[in-house]
Amino acid sequence: MSSAPKEAGRPIRCMVAKVGLDGHDRGAHVISRAFRDAGFEVIYTGLHNTPSDIVRVAIQEDVDVLGISILSGAHMTLVPEVLEGLAERGAAEDTLVLVGGVIPSKDAAALKEQGVAEVFGPGTTLAETIAFVREHAPVQ
Amino acid sequence: MTSAMNLDELIEGVLAGEDRALARAMSTIENRTGQHRELIEGLYPHRGEARVIGVTGSPGVGKSTLVDRLATAYAADGLSVGVLAIDPQSPFSGGSILGDRVRFDRSSGEPDVFVRSVSTRGAPGGIATATSELTVVLEAAGMDRILIETVGAGQSEIDVVRVADSVAVVLQPETGDDVQMLKAGILETADVLVVNKADLPGVDQTITRLQEMLEIARHTPSEAAWEPPIVRTVAERDEGIDGLRDALHQHHEYLAEDSRLEERRRRRHRADLRRLAIASFERQLDREFNRPGGLVERIECVESGEQSPYHLVDELLANWIPESDD
Repeated sequence: MSSAPKEAGRPIRCMVAKVGLDGHDRGAHVISRAFRDAGFEVIYTGLHNTPSDIVRVAIQEDVDVLGISILSGAHMTLVPEVLEGLAERGAAEDTLVLVGGVIPSKDAAALKEQGVAEVFGPGTTLAETIAFVREHAPVQ
Repeated sequence: MTSAMNLDELIEGVLAGEDRALARAMSTIENRTGQHRELIEGLYPHRGEARVIGVTGSPGVGKSTLVDRLATAYAADGLSVGVLAIDPQSPFSGGSILGDRVRFDRSSGEPDVFVRSVSTRGAPGGIATATSELTVVLEAAGMDRILIETVGAGQSEIDVVRVADSVAVVLQPETGDDVQMLKAGILETADVLVVNKADLPGVDQTITRLQEMLEIARHTPSEAAWEPPIVRTVAERDEGIDGLRDALHQHHEYLAEDSRLEERRRRRHRADLRRLAIASFERQLDREFNRPGGLVERIECVESGEQSPYHLVDELLANWIPESDD
């Protein structure tokens, strides 16, 4: 429960999305609350989003950060679709895309190659994630 | 598009109804970037013919699902829909989990539905002004319907829904809370009453009670002869959405007669003006109050009993020259 509302500047806007068919949203809930407590505005979209839904919501909500939680194993098809969608809409460069889940390091490297800013695996602390967002969110 | 999007491009994009420009314009207004005034001034002349509908009610009555289904129904008719999901809570961390995007599962697949979650930030004149300005963006984008969803709890929420041409107040069967809410003055703002979750027990009693309250309200002089219809819905199962749409349509027809719609919109703009003026005066007054040699340095005179606070306020106002302000 940090800092008072920022007078100057504005809150970082983060979207937390679950993509794919798995039904595990505990991690997404935990990260949403932690982001809120860190003073971010959080838009949580629930389970079973398609990549095109995610892109649309991210555009409409004009988020700074898009956190994708994925545990289904389909990250190598679904995450690139999101990245492509953002790029098509001209939103790739000002959206910080993060991926959370159990991602093999080879895949993580490939995703980062394609534009994911960071991949957070099991064991990442909330504090680390928040610090990363604070440092890298494209907020002036 | 980067932050380098200039104002003209932004306005052009909004007028063309592009999602990304709409979203950016809304951020500009929310963040009070300094460009917001020019942006609003650029969009104001282009406001179209949107019907603005407010949806309010206690937490948990199903407002978001109802708005989602209503937006989907409008979209199915080929109408474009803008949704503002307003969260007027301002938590201590400054952060928030916004709206109920989880509930917007149906309409989010519709290309002509634009949904934006809005928190309260330090907008001058508060959330009601911000809501009105965000509505201007959607109006300028040529939306056919604009739905504004907010929790109904107190005066600031009533101000929020008063941006709308028509207000739907949502309740669910058998909640003592809702009766409290109606007592708090929300009933007077309702143009349509919705009893959602109408498959739950107690729905008939709730409707009877509402009818009684309306009966009482009828004896107090009000705007005119419109009697809020009571609509039953089960939004979760898509039941009663057509009935709600019909009721809103009838209210619109009612407003269209005898220039009532113009009267409502004048009321909205009058309220906007007043809030902006107050916010501007307040900022300047604070500046004058706190400046070196300003009133703040003469508090001792009041403490010692040398001068009355009224006298000092008279002095403040006599010396205060308001300036133009953004």
